[in-house]
Amino acid sequence: MTLTGAQIIIKTLIELGVTDVFGYPGGQIINVYDALYEYRDQINHVLTAHEQGAAHAADGYSRATGKVGVVIATSGPGATNLVTGIATAMLDSVPMVAITGNVPCSLIGKDSFQEIDITGITLPITKHNYFVHKIEDLADIIREAFVIAKSGRPGPVLIDVPKDVQMAKYEYEPKPVEEKMDLPKADESLIDQAVELISQSIRPYIYIGGGVAGLGMGQKIVDFANKIDGVIGSTFMGLSAVPTDSERFLGMQGMHGHYASSIAQNEADLIIGIGVRFSDRATGNVKKFAKRSKIIQLDVDFAEVNKNVKVDLGIVGDVEDAVCRIFDKCEQKSNPDWMHTVKFLREEEKRFEQEIEDANECKLSPKQVLEVINANKPPRTIIATDVGQHQMWTAQYANFDAPRRFVSSGGLGTMGFGLGAAIGAYVATGDKTVLVTGDGSFGMNLNELVTATTYNLPIVIVLMNNGVLGMVRQWQTLFQHYFGKKNGLRGTF
Amino acid sequence: MEKVNKFVIAIYVDNKSGVLTRVTTMFTRRGFNIDALTVGETESPEYSRITICMSGDGYAREQMLNQLRKLVNVKKVEILEEGTAIKRELMLIKVKNTSDSRSDIMTAVDVFRANVIDYTPGELCIEVTGDPSKMDAFVRLMEPFGILEMCRTGIVALERGANTLFYKK
Repeated sequence: MTLTGAQIIIKTLIELGVTDVFGYPGGQIINVYDALYEYRDQINHVLTAHEQGAAHAADGYSRATGKVGVVIATSGPGATNLVTGIATAMLDSVPMVAITGNVPCSLIGKDSFQEIDITGITLPITKHNYFVHKIEDLADIIREAFVIAKSGRPGPVLIDVPKDVQMAKYEYEPKPVEEKMDLPKADESLIDQAVELISQSIRPYIYIGGGVAGLGMGQKIVDFANKIDGVIGSTFMGLSAVPTDSERFLGMQGMHGHYASSIAQNEADLIIGIGVRFSDRATGNVKKFAKRSKIIQLDVDFAEVNKNVKVDLGIVGDVEDAVCRIFDKCEQKSNPDWMHTVKFLREEEKRFEQEIEDANECKLSPKQVLEVINANKPPRTIIATDVGQHQMWTAQYANFDAPRRFVSSGGLGTMGFGLGAAIGAYVATGDKTVLVTGDGSFGMNLNELVTATTYNLPIVIVLMNNGVLGMVRQWQTLFQHYFGKKNGLRGTF
Repeated sequence: MEKVNKFVIAIYVDNKSGVLTRVTTMFTRRGFNIDALTVGETESPEYSRITICMSGDGYAREQMLNQLRKLVNVKKVEILEEGTAIKRELMLIKVKNTSDSRSDIMTAVDVFRANVIDYTPGELCIEVTGDPSKMDAFVRLMEPFGILEMCRTGIVALERGANTLFYKK
């Protein structure tokens, strides 16, 4: 059937199984909005207050489900408002497709009204991007964008469609949906080497990251830890991959992590990193990181192996398959000394936490706030956060009972991410959604309250208002030497 | 610190607009420096070939290869090793032409198997082709005579023998 470019965009999205999109209209994307209206019984559009909120919503939608989130915006400022949202998705490997309008091809390069080179701008913050020159390519570009976004290490893809391509007419033929590309399976010899390293280890530490958060292999990892008699620690991005109350789970490690988890990692003689990139927030000074330990790194992205930390064994490709094969070949082990050490570290951690609680002079401690949330949230609740101290407290104390229940900006650390992301996560799942935020972050994108109320989205917002940019303050007191140390206070907001 | 080496990278990319930017942006983004770059047509109209010279340690070399391979439009990447690759560069160099220096310059042109491609009473323009080290030597030789302007193309390189980027014997 012959359709306009705008209709082809929406038809192809429907063909790809997209049921919800987030966005904001504007002059150069009007035709797409006409098509959205035309196909409104097959695709739901959520209008946000700001394009950035729409991008974060598409991101939250994806984090909560694993589906590709879709965001639509107009040219110029509409497109540039997506930039932070796209970069947030890039740094956390979230599959997302952003569709922007642009001025007609005849006006490109002339500094026309609301013309911006968004493919140029987003080059380093997308997995790939497209400028659609011809309507003939449009449908296939959208299909390819989805395959790229969800394959291998996922990430955002942007498609810039000039107005004349949206208005042109072309034949549309539906095609079967292409699945994500197959991942290479690890060589048997590498699996054997891993098994050998594990058999020699008496203090193993399984270190999980964002690469496993969405795979639903939490039980496998717990079984693996049981079999090799090791412990599990997580990066920030790996939270919710295994249930927080798992016996062998020590929680997040690193700069903002749990004491026991971080010290255990440092004491381990073998770190089995699964889907982690050894980010600077997790390792601190890499020269001093895990000096006594051998490291195995399993990752879908070959460029991650040896990027930040030199590892003893890198296994690239299908991580789930590799873990299952290593699990099958491993012998049941017992490391009583290691378990004793870990037990001691956990007791110490409890003691430290109690000391902090005792020293707290405020009515509520952050831990108490999270305990109230934990006690009252129904199963499968999604917890979204903004960025700052409240985020780290949530990472430390929130209980997660299922994968994809923690929606938070890790790599980019985007203040103002939370509300949009919570909206996206709720639209995607209909599950109970709680946003934990702080007074700083909340001020950045609270305009999305309009979206939440317009669509009647029952999102619980817990705002930790301490009247200070707490993490900035923390850094000033810990790392910097300011003569006016009290100046971190923002005073009235 | 690990030793810094110079090396030559051959990259096959889709012959589409913007692909060169994607490749060079990656170098900027990851903090690598390009010493020289050439790009042009190949035996197939679908692909272009980019040849890049860069210097770096083993870590930079490994990272650069991995990050290049992740780009959607990059079809094949390889480092062309010193012993197994043929490298050529073209240089145009304009030097002062005086009665005192003319014969010395002409001797150098002869020895280096270069060509004089423009001649005026005040200047000589010389074309030199060859390995980059030959260019460097020729430039050093011309310096005392007064170089007015010069322009180098950057390296193009192929593997010796039957090997190609896509086909290994």
